[in-house]
Amino acid sequence: MHEFSIAMDIVDIATSYSRKEKANVVKEVEIEVGQLSGVVVEALEFSLEAAVKGTMLENARMNLIFIPGKARCTNCAQEYETDTVYMPCPACQTGAPDIFQGRELRVKSLIID
Amino acid sequence: MCDSCGCGQPGKEPTILKPGEHPHHHTHTHDGVEHSHDHDHDGHHHHTHDHDHRQYRKVEIEQDVLGKNNLLAERNRGYFEAKNILALNLVSSPGSGKTSLLERTIREQGKNLSFFIIEGDQQTMNDANRIKEAGAPVVQVNTGEGCHLDADMVNKAVKKLEVKDGSILMIENVGNLICPAMFDLGESSRVVIMSVTEGEDKPLKYPYMFQTSNLCIINKTDLLPYLDFDLGQAREYAQQVNPKLEFIELSVKTGEGMDQWYDWFKQAATPPQV
Repeated sequence: MHEFSIAMDIVDIATSYSRKEKANVVKEVEIEVGQLSGVVVEALEFSLEAAVKGTMLENARMNLIFIPGKARCTNCAQEYETDTVYMPCPACQTGAPDIFQGRELRVKSLIID
Repeated sequence: MCDSCGCGQPGKEPTILKPGEHPHHHTHTHDGVEHSHDHDHDGHHHHTHDHDHRQYRKVEIEQDVLGKNNLLAERNRGYFEAKNILALNLVSSPGSGKTSLLERTIREQGKNLSFFIIEGDQQTMNDANRIKEAGAPVVQVNTGEGCHLDADMVNKAVKKLEVKDGSILMIENVGNLICPAMFDLGESSRVVIMSVTEGEDKPLKYPYMFQTSNLCIINKTDLLPYLDFDLGQAREYAQQVNPKLEFIELSVKTGEGMDQWYDWFKQAATPPQV
């Protein structure tokens, strides 16, 4: 369950930025989670609930934004959606996709006062 | 990177010990999260209950969650490069034979090469004791509730080990094909080990690990006559996930194929001619 340590890192990042911005209240943390990031969204949600306890994020809304996986075929340049890191190109059936979207795992923004 | 990976409970930080050492029971109450709330109580208590009058603003921060680990991993990598240390991150499911592979490697190659070992497990000093017995300096990292090593643990373990210039550092990760895939340790190469008692489709089930590895060792080949394991199929699946993956088939038990493994890391340890 690496999601728990990921959740702890998210809490670290969000609290240190909130402090830097001299925030009193954190209303929302926006987190981008790519389909191919290696993180299970439900497990991350569950872990975040526990990880925020006793921090200034305790009452903040955790807004998880799911980003679907997209690849470009290295053979014919066809772009396609994929839910694995190795799905062959549907047009030319060649392997070796270049994943250009879906690996994101980012704290995108904070809504603070 | 949090030291108390996966737990968040006091007293469950990872421990880094040499065989024979005992953990000190510190009474830190870190829970992996810093609690330095900056209340400015300078005499006045403004209990003005202004919940509905807050002026919220959005701050774009765009921070990679693994950024801190990746940064520290690069520091480790730079240190290894400068000291001409070949650092290998050995990953696999539990029971594929990582520790046995290391034991045999140390016994057969330890006279000519200098090995240093970091053992990662949730609990126990068992593996470190086995490695010490085989004859290499070792530290055991117990991750507590954690499921993987991270760059910070390796950084601390390397300092404790006092790894010598020009040596080979083998980092045996926690037996787990999922979590360690995401955490760069600063290794020179990642070696994934599977054994023929597992399914051929491991690479498809755990593609992240196989995609991020440089070498795939298929162990326990001495058992092939008793199993339905299809080596060709396993390689095909692994190559589907990672076309650049190299393979070595071996049996730690009989020693068959071990020379290929020795040649591989000796080759990798040779610094490129400048």
